[in-house]
Amino acid sequence: MTQQEGKKEKISRQPMPEQAPEVRRRNFDEVPLGLSPEAAMKEAQRCLQCKKPGCIAGCPVSVDIPGFIKLIEEGEFTKATRKIWERNALPAVCGRVCPQESQCEGVCIVGKKGEPVAIGNLERFAADYERKHGKGELPPKAKPTGKKIAVVGSGPSGLTVAGDLILKGHDVTVFEAFHRPGGVLVYGIPEFRLPKEIVFQEVNFMERLGVRLECNAVVGRTVSLDELFEEGYDAVFLGVGAGLPRFLDIPGENLIGIFSANEYLTRSNLMKAYRYPEYDTPIIKGKNVITLGAGNVAMDAARTALRLGADVSRIVYRRSRQEVPARAAEVHHAEQEGVEFHFLTAPTKFIGDEKGRVVGMEGLKMDLGEPDASGRRRPVPVKGSEFRLECDLVIIAVGAGANPLLTQSTEGLQLNKWGYIIAEPETGKTSKKGVWAGGDIVTGSATVILAMGAGRVAADSIHKYLTWGW
Amino acid sequence: MFKIVRREEMAEGTVILNEIDAPLIAKKAKPGQFVILKANETGERIPLTMADTDTQKGTITVIYMVVGKSTAIFKSLKVGDGYMDIIGPLGKPTHLEKVGNVVCVGGGTGVAVLHPITRALKEVGNHVTCIIGARNKELLILEDQMKAASHELIVCTDDGSYGRKGFVTEALKDVLDNNDIQLAVAIGPVPMMKFVSKLTKEYNVKTIVSLNPIMVDGTGMCGGCRVSIGGKTQFACVDGPEFDGHQVDYDELMQRLQAYAEQEKQCYADHQCRMNP
Repeated sequence: MTQQEGKKEKISRQPMPEQAPEVRRRNFDEVPLGLSPEAAMKEAQRCLQCKKPGCIAGCPVSVDIPGFIKLIEEGEFTKATRKIWERNALPAVCGRVCPQESQCEGVCIVGKKGEPVAIGNLERFAADYERKHGKGELPPKAKPTGKKIAVVGSGPSGLTVAGDLILKGHDVTVFEAFHRPGGVLVYGIPEFRLPKEIVFQEVNFMERLGVRLECNAVVGRTVSLDELFEEGYDAVFLGVGAGLPRFLDIPGENLIGIFSANEYLTRSNLMKAYRYPEYDTPIIKGKNVITLGAGNVAMDAARTALRLGADVSRIVYRRSRQEVPARAAEVHHAEQEGVEFHFLTAPTKFIGDEKGRVVGMEGLKMDLGEPDASGRRRPVPVKGSEFRLECDLVIIAVGAGANPLLTQSTEGLQLNKWGYIIAEPETGKTSKKGVWAGGDIVTGSATVILAMGAGRVAADSIHKYLTWGW
Repeated sequence: MFKIVRREEMAEGTVILNEIDAPLIAKKAKPGQFVILKANETGERIPLTMADTDTQKGTITVIYMVVGKSTAIFKSLKVGDGYMDIIGPLGKPTHLEKVGNVVCVGGGTGVAVLHPITRALKEVGNHVTCIIGARNKELLILEDQMKAASHELIVCTDDGSYGRKGFVTEALKDVLDNNDIQLAVAIGPVPMMKFVSKLTKEYNVKTIVSLNPIMVDGTGMCGGCRVSIGGKTQFACVDGPEFDGHQVDYDELMQRLQAYAEQEKQCYADHQCRMNP
C-alpha cells in the first residue's frame, strides 16, 4: 500500500502526443493523437480514488470517473467504456470537446498540488480503444414498453435522449433536418477537433440499439410537431439547437467573402468543402482572414482558415484576453498554429472592391468600461482610434440566436423574449403537454456536455411520464 | 433515395424536368415553396422552387436549367435513379388573395416557378394575364401549361422567332397601359425581375418577385442567402423567397450570385472534360 502511494506521488501528468503546429496548421487531421495504452494505465495510477470524489459532481452527466479510471489502471479497457456508458452515451465526443478544465479536472484534488488527472484524455482513450478493438457488444435493453418518442434534432442533446430511452425499452425515432446526423458535432466542430467518422460511429451504435434515424426531415416544415402526436408518438423532445447566425448590422456586411461562422463551418465541415474539388461545395479560401469573436466557434473558424491556405489568420475581439470565452486549450492551439490575436478591437464597416468582394475592414480600438448585463465589462470605443485592416475573408463568430423555424410554427410552446424555449431546469418540460426541450434552444449557445446533461434530465423525466403519467 | 418517376428534356436539352417521388413534401408543399436537393455523397445542396406537386401520386416536380456541374449531374439522372437527399417544403408560400387583375411575368426557367403561382392566383378568383419570354422559340418552356393557368397568355421572344418580338418588359408596358392592374408577379433572371419592378413602380403596381440567392442549408441557420430588402438584411430561405419587388437590392444580389463564379466555371469545365474525354 505504501509503495503504491509512493508511486502516485511520483508520476506526473502523461503528456498527450500532438501533431506539431507547423505540420497540423495545414491539415485536417486530429491535433491530439491519443494516449497509448501504457500511458493511459500510467495516468490512471495518478487517480487517488477519493472517498468523496468531487469530479463526479463536476461532470454534467455524473460519470463514475474514479470507477472507469480504476478499470483503465487494471487494463480492463472495455469494462472502463461500459462504466462510462452508464452515464455518457458519447464518450469519444466528450473526451475530445468537453471543457474538462472547468468541470471534472477543474475540481480534481490532484490538481491542487500539481496537474489534475487527465480525465478527458482517459475518457477519450477508453472510447477510442473500444471503437478500434471492441467486440461491438451492445448494452442490455429493458423490455419493450410500447411507448414511442420523437426526438427532434440529432445533436448532442437529442442523441443523449435517444440513447437513454432506447435502453429503457422505448421506441425512439430521431428526426434530423440535415442529410447527416450529429448536429453541431458534424457541421460546427471541425474535423481536426472531432473526426466525423467518430460521430457517425456513435450514431451507428444508437441505430444498432434500435434507434430509428430519419434524416432530411424538417420538423416544422415537412411535418409539424402536432402531427407527430397524431402519428402516435407519446412524447417529443426538442433538441434543435440555437441555429440562427448573428450578424453585426454594419455597412458592407453583405459583401462577397463575409460569412457567418455557421455558413463557413457548415461548408467546410458538413459539406466537406475542405476537400473541394473532391466534394462539390466550394468555400472562399482567403489569404488574409479576419475572424470576429473569440469563442470556441471563432477559434474553429480561424484555425480552419489556416488549414485552407490563409497566410494570415486573425482573431479580432472587442474585449481583452481576460474575457475570452473560448477554452484555454483551443486558444493555445490557435496561437501555436499562428493565429494572431487582436484584442480591444471592433469593426465599424467593411470595404469592397468594384466586384463586391471584401478587401478591408475598418474599426476602432476599445477600452473596457463598466460591466454590462452579461456581467462582462462593456467595450467602449476610443475616440480617434480608427484603423483599417486588409482582408479577403471575414468570418463573423459572435454567437447564435434561436432559429424560429420550429418554434414559430408550433402552438402552445412558450418562448422567452429572445425566442428560446422555456423549459423547467429539473425536468426539461415545456409549456406544451408531452413536449420536452434541452440544449442550446433552451439555454442559448453553450457546450456539447451541457446539452447532453439537459438531454439526460429530459430523458429521465420523459421516462417517468411514460411510466407513471407525470 | 428520392426516385425520379418522370423526366423530360426541354429547350434543346438545356432545361430538364424531373418529377420526383416525395410524398411527405408533396403533401405539404404550397405554391412558391422550394426544396433543397443533393444528388449524391459529394454533391452540393441546391435550392429549386417546385414547378408542380401531385398529392395523389405523392410527387413533386422541379424544372432546372443546366448551368454547371451540379445541374449537369442532375441531368444525368434517369427515370429510376434518384436524389440522395431532398428537404422541403421550404420558404414562405405565396400569399394568395383575390385582388382583381394580376399580371404574371416569367423569364427563362422562372416560368417553371411562376406556373403553380399563376394557377393558384387564377383559382382564387383573380383575372390573370401571363407574359412569358425567352431568347428564342427553342428556349420557351411550358407554353401550354401557362395558357391553361391564366386567362390570357402573351409569349415573347427576343429574336421574334415566335410570338411577340421583344422583351417581356415591353409586353408588360402594354398591359399596364391598357389595364388597371392590382398585382404583378415577376420570376426569372435577376436583371429581368429588376427591370420589371422598375417598370411597375412607375405605375404604382405592387410587385412580388421570387429571389434565387446561393443557399446551403435552406432552414435559416447559415445566412448565406441573405438579401437586402428595404435596406434590411433578410434570409431568402425563411423570410422569402418572395419579397416586395420594389424593396429588393438587385445589384447586391447579382454581385453575391458571382461569389463562386471562378470555381463554378472550373468545376463545370473539368466535369465536361471527364464526361467527354
